[in-house]
Amino acid sequence: MSRRALGLFALGLLITVFVAVVLSQFASSEPDGLEYVAEDQGFADTAEDHDLADAPLADYGENLESGGAISTGVAGFVGVVAALGAALGLFWLIRAPATDSPGPES
Amino acid sequence: MHIPDGVIGPGVSAAAGVVAAGGFGVAVSRARRYLTDRLVPLAALVTAFVFAGQMINFPVLPGMSGHLIGGVLAAVLVGPWAGFLVIAIVLIIQAFLFADGGLTALGLNIVNMALIGGVVGYGVYRVVFRFAGSRPDRVAVSAGIAAFVSVPLAGLGFVFEFALGGTAESLSIGAIFAAMLGTHLLIGIGEGFITFFVVGAVMKARPDLVYGSPTFSGRRTEELLS
Repeated sequence: MSRRALGLFALGLLITVFVAVVLSQFASSEPDGLEYVAEDQGFADTAEDHDLADAPLADYGENLESGGAISTGVAGFVGVVAALGAALGLFWLIRAPATDSPGPES
Repeated sequence: MHIPDGVIGPGVSAAAGVVAAGGFGVAVSRARRYLTDRLVPLAALVTAFVFAGQMINFPVLPGMSGHLIGGVLAAVLVGPWAGFLVIAIVLIIQAFLFADGGLTALGLNIVNMALIGGVVGYGVYRVVFRFAGSRPDRVAVSAGIAAFVSVPLAGLGFVFEFALGGTAESLSIGAIFAAMLGTHLLIGIGEGFITFFVVGAVMKARPDLVYGSPTFSGRRTEELLS
């Protein structure tokens, strides 16, 4: 990557981390659309507990001892790293062969 | 928008799992034709951003919130099939790391958000973009409009699955249809604005990397914008 591309990538990543770690503190805890409809229409009770409900990061950090804002921030940061890592891995693995690498087309 | 386990029966959940797995295979084979190494960093960044964006529930009605799906956002930026993989990766991480979205419901959630929200949403984008004159300065607004439409579409995916395999007894599908459509039209407004701003920002910085734009410098395999 060129220096400008690297800079833009870093900026995008910084914004992403800000959203996951800081902005997530202000997220609404009200039920989302599907949960709302499930309660309103009377099928919310068919939902089972998640198999991994006791996992350390379940519900974005609610099980963490630190509690509250720090837990949400930790969960957000770990999620961003995991998503970035998994995506880099998969997309790098399946990337198009370099010989097919296109130049600017007319 | 994430379906938990138990709401949809095992048959329909398994069928959706097969569709999702098939979609994953198609997505890999399509994406690998055009996703060159210079497009990989953006695709990875979009994945991380969609994860972050989905954490932000914004208030929609008293007692109800909504959050980004990111299907159209990802599809316009990196193409519909790489976009499918973006959303699928996010959903897999959410289900296995954060207990968000049931494990047996993973296929249902991939069908609704990656396939309908992303791939079908990209089809909506192509139609809107054509009506908007196919100009680079209309990419962001077309993406925003398609994103708005994609949310109720994904919601109706759930209604269809519920009609086929919902485990709750004696409920009115018509009422659930109306409730899902109404609430998700409202949530779609947020999806539309977020998509508009993010796609607009990338169009300003790197229009050559935006798959859904005529300024895209790579090869599109599925179709060529005129």
